[in-house]
Amino acid sequence: MNFLKTIVAAGMVAASTTAAFAADITGAGATFPFPIYSKWADAYKKETGNGLNYQSIGSGGGIKQIQAKTVTFGATDMPLKAEQLEKDGLVQWPMVMGAIVPVVNLEGVKPGEMVFDGETLASIYLGKITKWDDAAIKKLNPNVKLPSEAITVVRRSDGSGTTFNFTNYLSKASADWKSKVGEGTAVEWPVGVGAKGNEGVSGNIGQTKNSIGYVEYAYAKQNKLTYTGLVNKAGKTVQPTVEAFQAAASNADWAKAPGYYVILTDQPGEKSWPITAATFILMHKDATDKAASQEAIKFFRWAFTKGDKAAEELDYIPMPDTVVKQIEKTWAADIKS
Amino acid sequence: MAVQSDIIDDAGPYDRAKALGAFKLGDVTFYWITRLSAISVLLILGGIIISLIVGAFPAMKEFGFSFLWTQRWAPSADPPVLGALGPMYGTLVTSFIAMLIAIPVGLGIAIFLTELCPQWLRRPIGMAIELLAGIPSIIYGMWGFFVLGPFLANSFQPFMIKIFDGVPVLGAIFAGPPSYLSTFNAALILAIMVLPFITSISVDVFKTVPPVLKEAAYGVGCTTWEVVRSVVIPYTRVGIIGGIMLALGRALGETMAVTFIIGNSFRISSSIFAPGTTISAAIASEFAESDGLHQSGLILLGLLLFVLTFFVLAAARLMLMRLDKKAGK
Repeated sequence: MNFLKTIVAAGMVAASTTAAFAADITGAGATFPFPIYSKWADAYKKETGNGLNYQSIGSGGGIKQIQAKTVTFGATDMPLKAEQLEKDGLVQWPMVMGAIVPVVNLEGVKPGEMVFDGETLASIYLGKITKWDDAAIKKLNPNVKLPSEAITVVRRSDGSGTTFNFTNYLSKASADWKSKVGEGTAVEWPVGVGAKGNEGVSGNIGQTKNSIGYVEYAYAKQNKLTYTGLVNKAGKTVQPTVEAFQAAASNADWAKAPGYYVILTDQPGEKSWPITAATFILMHKDATDKAASQEAIKFFRWAFTKGDKAAEELDYIPMPDTVVKQIEKTWAADIKS
Repeated sequence: MAVQSDIIDDAGPYDRAKALGAFKLGDVTFYWITRLSAISVLLILGGIIISLIVGAFPAMKEFGFSFLWTQRWAPSADPPVLGALGPMYGTLVTSFIAMLIAIPVGLGIAIFLTELCPQWLRRPIGMAIELLAGIPSIIYGMWGFFVLGPFLANSFQPFMIKIFDGVPVLGAIFAGPPSYLSTFNAALILAIMVLPFITSISVDVFKTVPPVLKEAAYGVGCTTWEVVRSVVIPYTRVGIIGGIMLALGRALGETMAVTFIIGNSFRISSSIFAPGTTISAAIASEFAESDGLHQSGLILLGLLLFVLTFFVLAAARLMLMRLDKKAGK
């Protein structure tokens, strides 16, 4: 439960800094990057004396708050489309990445031993594959001893960016999934039990034999869950590693995407992990409080240059340098000082 | 009275009108303060209803009455399809099962405590009941998730499934596969959570039965069971039903514990061992990341719960009135 401890500690630090000084920068939004934003804010404060107050109220809330101009920046796991950004006069860029991994609880199966592809995962979540010794699973895992037991499907019950990215991947991998269920933070699940939060899914998988679920990589790693490999777009089997996540980000076509609107699922490249996700920052091009806006940019620049180690410690994946260079250009061009 | 006022007059110069005026002012102030407090309840309730209706209006306009009998809940479909049947069904079924378990057990504890329990055991059991009421619902949820759920799935459910396998109707209600998170598990947790409401109120009202009534009954040779059935329960009926209603209200609206262990599936299943959802669990799960029509639909669910609770309480009142009539009061 180290992860939880970090979250609590980070939260307390953030709360105490807020109480002591009026925070110069305020932000609100996605819950997923909250631990790392808090850790960065703490280190930044020690170095520069400038505080940051980030409230993790959910991606939807982050978008609403920045539109209402009540915060310096908003944060969301679901990027806004270019037209929407244009309409609201916003700039958007990816700040840090995470990955989603399938996890299973099968007797005798070790982490990384099993492999799935998108089509099979979609069939399981559609309820078309109901037994572990189904031909499709057997074909992908000829060397794994699979029981003839029913699959317990576990998914999130709360609306979440994790679910959005997972269902987005399934939609790309399976036409059937796309037409029947589609993508979203909360979708119409055909089968399965819903657990609350990443911790709920992790707990459920840990307890339930013959179950399958999906969680943020950090949760799988810290709870020692049996993660699986995935077959990516290039047809290669990859394991969830930081290199595979970064490969997905590097291979994504950021340059051509207006407003960095790239969903990092099913990216090309032989080494790419197929369900990688970035979390995004939203800021006004022409902010009312320009000083605060410049402060925020200074903080983000600091986080890109000095924050990588902290991110990796919390199992986040830093943005690759090529992408960071491009984001700095965007700041210079689009944000008025 | 005349004698008394003479004494006061003798005590010294005294302005009777002024004193009475002061009393009157005090009375009027008191009257208005209490009246305003009472009216504030109506204002708050009205405010809640109005804001719920305003929030739910877009969804009402979009789905109309079909919201009530649609089972699909697809907020991300294009266009979104939202229906309340699944959560409404889950709310009613979990509450029903919870009451089915909690009423007899709760009354049983109360009768034991007031009529049969040796004096030295009363305090520990009484305290245990009060403590049960004091446990935060999230703790019940976690306990259900980590302890009760696995026990039910590994021991109780397979047993029930095997017993009722092939029996018509019951076979479908107790159908497999066993599950850690299910409608039944949530109902059982609810039963434990509402137990203190029924028990402590029943204990309190049982204590109001005049001892002379019970003694008279014992005097003509009634057994303890006969005294409880024919004297104690009829005498305290209104109080008991009040306690049950309070418990039912809690069961209908309980959120956190249920969200943890019900499995949050909008599909209605004939089996109580399958995952389900309730209105409050659905709202708690999805509200944070919802917007637009989806959020409006969730608010409409909230309004429905409000109406549902109102109807259940109204039905209870009606039942009470009919009972009174039957008793010839």
